[in-house]
Amino acid sequence: MASQSNRLAAGGRVDRRRPLVFRFDGRRLQGYAGDTLASALLANDVHLVGRSFKYHRPRGILGLGSEEPNALIQLGRGNRTEPNLRATQIELFDGLDAHSQNRWPCLRFDVGAVNSAFHRLFPAGFYYKTFMWPASLWSTYEEVIRHAAGLGRAPEGPDPDRYERMHAHCDVLIAGGGPAGLAAALAAGRSGARVILADEQAEFGGSLLGDDDVTIGGTPAVDWVAEVVAELESMPEVTLLRRSTVNGYYDHNYLTIAERVTDHLGVGLPTVPRQRLWKVRAARVVLATGAIERPLVFRDNDRPGVMLSTAVRGYAIRYGVLAGRHPLIVTGNDDGYRTAFALADRQARVAAIVDLRADPTGSVVAEARHRGIEVLAGHSVTATHGGRRIEAAEIAPMTADGSGLAGSTRTLECDVIAMAGGFNPTVHLFSQSRGKLRWDSERSAFLPGTSHEAEVSVGGCAGTDSVAQAIKDGIRAGLEQVRALGHTARQPAAPAVEEHGQGETRTLWLLPSTQPVGRKGKHFVDFQNDVTAADLMLATREGYRSIEHVKRYTTTGMGTDQGKTSNVNALAIVGQSLGVDVPAVGTTTFRAPYTPTTIGAYGGRDVGHLFAPTRTTAMDPWHRANGAKFEHVGDWMRAWYYPKAGETFRQAVDREVTVARNGVALLDASTLGKIDIRGTDAAEFLNRVYTNAWAKLGVGRCRYGFMLKEDGMVMDDGVTTRLADDHFHMTTTTGGAGRVMNWLEEYLQTEWPEMDVRLTSVTEQWAVASICGPKCRELLGRLCPDIDLGNDAFPFMAMRDGTVAGIPARVFRISFTGELSFEINVPTRYGLALWEALMTAGADLGITPYGTEAMHVLRAEKGFIIVGQDTDGSVTPLDLGMDWIVSKTKPDFIGKRGLARPDLHKPDRKQLVGLLTEDPIFVLPEGGHVVEAVKPKPPMAMLGHVTSSYFSPSAGRSIAMALVKGGHARKGQTLYVPLEGRTIPVTVADTVFFDPEGSRRDG
Amino acid sequence: MAEAGRRRGPTGKPRYSILALARNALSYHENWQAAWRSPEPKPSYDAIVVGGGGHGLATAYYLASVHGIRNVAVLEKGWIGGGNTGRNTTIIRSNYLWDESAAIYEHALKLWEGLSQELNFNLMFSQRGVITLAHSEHELKEMRRRVEAIRLNGIDTEVLSTADVKKLVPIINTDQGIRHPVMGGFIQRRGGTARHDAVAWGYARAADDLGVDIIQNCEVTGFLKDGNGAIEGVETSRGIIRSKKIGCVAAGHSAVLADLAGFKLPIQARPLQALVSEPIKPVIDTVVMSNAVHMYISQSDKGELVLGAGTDSYNSYAQRGSLNIVEHQLAAACELYPIVSRLRVLRTWGGIVDTCPDASPIVSTTPVDGLYFNCGWGTGGFKATPGSGHVFADLMAHNRPNPIAAPFTLQRFKGGYLIDEHGAAGVAH
Amino acid sequence: MMLIPCPWCGPRDDSEFAYGNQAHIARPNDPLATSDQQWAEYLYFRDNPKGPFAERWMHAAGCRRWFHVVRDTYSHVILQVYKVGEWPDPALGVGPASKES
Repeated sequence: MASQSNRLAAGGRVDRRRPLVFRFDGRRLQGYAGDTLASALLANDVHLVGRSFKYHRPRGILGLGSEEPNALIQLGRGNRTEPNLRATQIELFDGLDAHSQNRWPCLRFDVGAVNSAFHRLFPAGFYYKTFMWPASLWSTYEEVIRHAAGLGRAPEGPDPDRYERMHAHCDVLIAGGGPAGLAAALAAGRSGARVILADEQAEFGGSLLGDDDVTIGGTPAVDWVAEVVAELESMPEVTLLRRSTVNGYYDHNYLTIAERVTDHLGVGLPTVPRQRLWKVRAARVVLATGAIERPLVFRDNDRPGVMLSTAVRGYAIRYGVLAGRHPLIVTGNDDGYRTAFALADRQARVAAIVDLRADPTGSVVAEARHRGIEVLAGHSVTATHGGRRIEAAEIAPMTADGSGLAGSTRTLECDVIAMAGGFNPTVHLFSQSRGKLRWDSERSAFLPGTSHEAEVSVGGCAGTDSVAQAIKDGIRAGLEQVRALGHTARQPAAPAVEEHGQGETRTLWLLPSTQPVGRKGKHFVDFQNDVTAADLMLATREGYRSIEHVKRYTTTGMGTDQGKTSNVNALAIVGQSLGVDVPAVGTTTFRAPYTPTTIGAYGGRDVGHLFAPTRTTAMDPWHRANGAKFEHVGDWMRAWYYPKAGETFRQAVDREVTVARNGVALLDASTLGKIDIRGTDAAEFLNRVYTNAWAKLGVGRCRYGFMLKEDGMVMDDGVTTRLADDHFHMTTTTGGAGRVMNWLEEYLQTEWPEMDVRLTSVTEQWAVASICGPKCRELLGRLCPDIDLGNDAFPFMAMRDGTVAGIPARVFRISFTGELSFEINVPTRYGLALWEALMTAGADLGITPYGTEAMHVLRAEKGFIIVGQDTDGSVTPLDLGMDWIVSKTKPDFIGKRGLARPDLHKPDRKQLVGLLTEDPIFVLPEGGHVVEAVKPKPPMAMLGHVTSSYFSPSAGRSIAMALVKGGHARKGQTLYVPLEGRTIPVTVADTVFFDPEGSRRDG
Repeated sequence: MAEAGRRRGPTGKPRYSILALARNALSYHENWQAAWRSPEPKPSYDAIVVGGGGHGLATAYYLASVHGIRNVAVLEKGWIGGGNTGRNTTIIRSNYLWDESAAIYEHALKLWEGLSQELNFNLMFSQRGVITLAHSEHELKEMRRRVEAIRLNGIDTEVLSTADVKKLVPIINTDQGIRHPVMGGFIQRRGGTARHDAVAWGYARAADDLGVDIIQNCEVTGFLKDGNGAIEGVETSRGIIRSKKIGCVAAGHSAVLADLAGFKLPIQARPLQALVSEPIKPVIDTVVMSNAVHMYISQSDKGELVLGAGTDSYNSYAQRGSLNIVEHQLAAACELYPIVSRLRVLRTWGGIVDTCPDASPIVSTTPVDGLYFNCGWGTGGFKATPGSGHVFADLMAHNRPNPIAAPFTLQRFKGGYLIDEHGAAGVAH
Repeated sequence: MMLIPCPWCGPRDDSEFAYGNQAHIARPNDPLATSDQQWAEYLYFRDNPKGPFAERWMHAAGCRRWFHVVRDTYSHVILQVYKVGEWPDPALGVGPASKES
């Protein structure tokens, strides 16, 4: 096992008593608890960690945290593997198994690197200009492109881990636990407010964890952090979330936080989810998300070992890892000097500080000279050398304006380059909240401008570069938020802070080189997507001038890092290229999530039985115990048919239908929608919502009705019964129950609020057993002593209260089969008892349960329609041949005016007819289309389609219904249903196929 | 398609090819010309297209290439292709239920086939197939109806068993015990995807080549009418521009434009959200759609999983929607494709779609003479881009209904002959 | 996710509500007296402004009451919430201030 050659003897926040063994590309390495994979790799002097997307150039670790564009890792194996993780965010655990990506056969010798040899053929957007001839080959080209693209690999099988979501409300949500966020949390927390503080890292402290030259209140900054965190932890109303990225900022202060609960352990725990998505509604939000350092754009700035300055410093201070022993610092500000000093303090031999500023002043310069570090003011890096690791840099003095070189180049050996290009405030969440960004030309950065939500940005993300200021602003923001919410603010004193100033900053977006950009070497802007300054210039040359065009054309900022280190550099280079200011190029609108968030965190909880509700009836256990097959109808599971041993689907259905016509059969009709309607205006209300007349319906009588939409199209149907003068029981279709309830409520509340009508959905309150067939009266008679079931006493379309099997019941004499039939409604909790009583009492009569399929056949034999099957939202009652149900005399009902529109009366509308096949055995497929004349091959003009089609045991042949253009006038005509391979001639017929006289309904 | 029109050019721009790339490589790619000019608007044009999305640019291109009307301006308030053209999930198919829909989308699909070559711009049109799943007996029946209609309209379609689906999409969950089991499906093999931005750029470059002025950052703020109420021009953020023939193709902002012109449209602007995952190596080779779980998925050439869902329920011009839509969409993804839950969402976004009551578009004359509207494509506009531009250019050029576009008139709402893709086929993406 | 203040239940996530589009579209008193064009407008044509909009919402997962919201369709800022039978603040300029107008 390789030793940790770059690990310093002491220092850092890692736990040296807990060594951990991990693998990178199969190589066993050691790190410590508290390391990230990146710090552990650097400790082992591993810089080469990946290959770039397009040119497969060797790439190393650039950053320290979530901004990392290069070091993308495939973690783990099998079903638990994860692609594209940033090494800088993976906390090390024992046995961690990491692989580099986007290389073949291995990282050091990557065949894809031949792309690099042909790089000049592949400028930005090259694929729009080629691969077009011959057209037929594009799918081949595409296959190659697809397999070359794509970074890491998906897991091999289903995810074994669990995900969870958490809803929370708080007074103040604080995003980011650096100095500003901690100060804000302390101020708000001490005032008693309910506070959530979330930070993406394992520890609070933010930038302070990677600095050693700041003291707060006279002690090292990390001690202050520990004190504040301890106090916050003691506050019952404060929730501290570590490893939790505030990743989405939605309307009205609704934010999401992605919490990684167990990822850092390397194994799941049975008691907690792997990840948890917090959904927080915050009264106030404090954004304290810090800032991200900008890389510098110079020639071949992508070699492994070229890193952000704060990252190099952070690895040394926080992890005790010296990324290189011979670092070169390239900086436009004083912050780069801090890195030089921190490294020098840790036995590094600083090659030089290349300062972009022509005449840097200030104490750091003096200190550098005092330490014997060479400061090369007004210099540029003009080239770099090295393969899998940086070896040297060429530098040269620049002209005063920084656009060219003013002297000869000189080569400096180095094993790390630390780039200090200034800071971009992390305004992503602010932008997501629809706050307007403003360009600050002094800082050369976008800063939060006008807020859109109840939110305030503080600290680095607001452009502050001083810890003292961040703490002060954080305290003020915390107090302001709690005051605004009516809490009594209790002000913590701002501690005294000692720190280095930032000094003056010089921003150069593109460091001059010996050759024009694009001629020699590559000036990378977006490391992950291999976008260079020359690519950006090419885009503007070709007319892609809006930053959105440039992004989409060059793919800059479109990688998994979403351009956290590249966007502003790209904007500025495009601006320079067009000769306009950065704001004139445009700004990017940031979108959630801030960093990539697992699909499982959003949706992984709602799978399996939690994906969608399943409704079952009271009789469901009986159906299951007795071998029923089920079908989904809306949310319901309905018994479809009850096969006996050895029976086919058709045999079972035929048997059930035959019993229903000849004996007694039993259907679970509980799923029908049911609405209880009361009030003095109830009858008038029904008059308005149904097409037929309801005022004169007698108490205890039932009526079938159609509901239309205002456009005249059929919406729903059902039987409604008058229970009392002011009380009705409405039924709807199974699938339409919710829709009808909404519909009735809407009209009642918004159009006719003056009506005295109350609606209650009672679908779940009543279980319904429907018995049918010539013997059903005999069966019911055995169980129902208190209702006279005779035809005269209890006529068709009537309802009676009574008891069935000792259960209070409403019995309706209605029929969806054409047979004598009773629908027995009992309170749902008795549904199963009723069903079992009927089965027992009817055993000697041969009682047979039947499912929805037999029900469909039975109703189709009688030509009864099913809304949603024989209609589709474009069918009127007239199209169905059901003019009789549409009142001519009522002045108005919903749909009456719509029905009067001219197009709804055209003779060539699709109308419902029966179809009889020549071959009585052949059952047409539902959905087959009807034509007048068959052509040898499509296209051919269609007249309509088969809506219902079955074998009818009662008619002894196949039957079908169809919507056919002008169908009502086509009775007797021969039409055709062309199917794949054969054409079926059919005769247009009436839709009633059995007992057209209706002689059976009275038994 | 001869009638589709050919470039009469090139009037100057060199063609794109691998040879051109090689040639330009020698000069460090410093000599490429702009794909389109950035001209100042002229005082007047023979025709103006308001809206520089795919549909508008296609309209301008076909006005110039098919109808010889080259003195045309495309006015875009932002940057071309920045609306729904660049915000959709790029699905292309023509397997619609109703004859009228099938006709216009198939017209578009035929234009897609060969469009890269016609425009000399690789649109990466990828006929990788579009599968629509069925999850219940009811959906199987609806599917059969659609498949038969599609087949008899002469459009390619194929029924798939559950096993067929599994073969084409190995990562799909075909467990029959889940809430919405995959019970089968159908595929249109000619369907697929294209690179959305390239469609705008390709049309823009080709139209520019024929003399069309593409004017960005030019917002229409009003319409000018003559004494008879006929259209005379537009007021814009860059001054008055005159024309007696103006076509508006502004998707989500159509209602705002109609307001300016003094009439209403039966259109509502709704948020439509979509998202992509981080790029991964290929796991899904076709487009798969599902109405029951309300989610569709494909994988871009770059490797990102591209996921779409339905619209939010409320009106909005904010290009953002509510999180619960995304959560449901991703739950559906986890349910149907269990390997995706460890992959990560990279980017979410929203577009503003213009939805019609019948989920079918409006390609129509308007109450204002000389003013035409092409809108209401809702969630399904991208796939129609070439067809929509082609028939709209025909309508604008001749001021008479194009046979394919005729059913999509504004008049249908008065008479009641709607082309109800909602009612018949669920969501119409 | 917007926070919609239900006048009966208080502020709730928008996912609890059903949307009812433009408010104050009264069903014609005598539908049969309307022309086809007028009926088409009643059925299908709604204002669709970018900016303040008086619209209907129903608290589907709560009290199931319909009510009115004036909401800016661009900024999503909620400007007013009021019950059925009440009218928008005239200062918002979003439509009828009373049934007569």
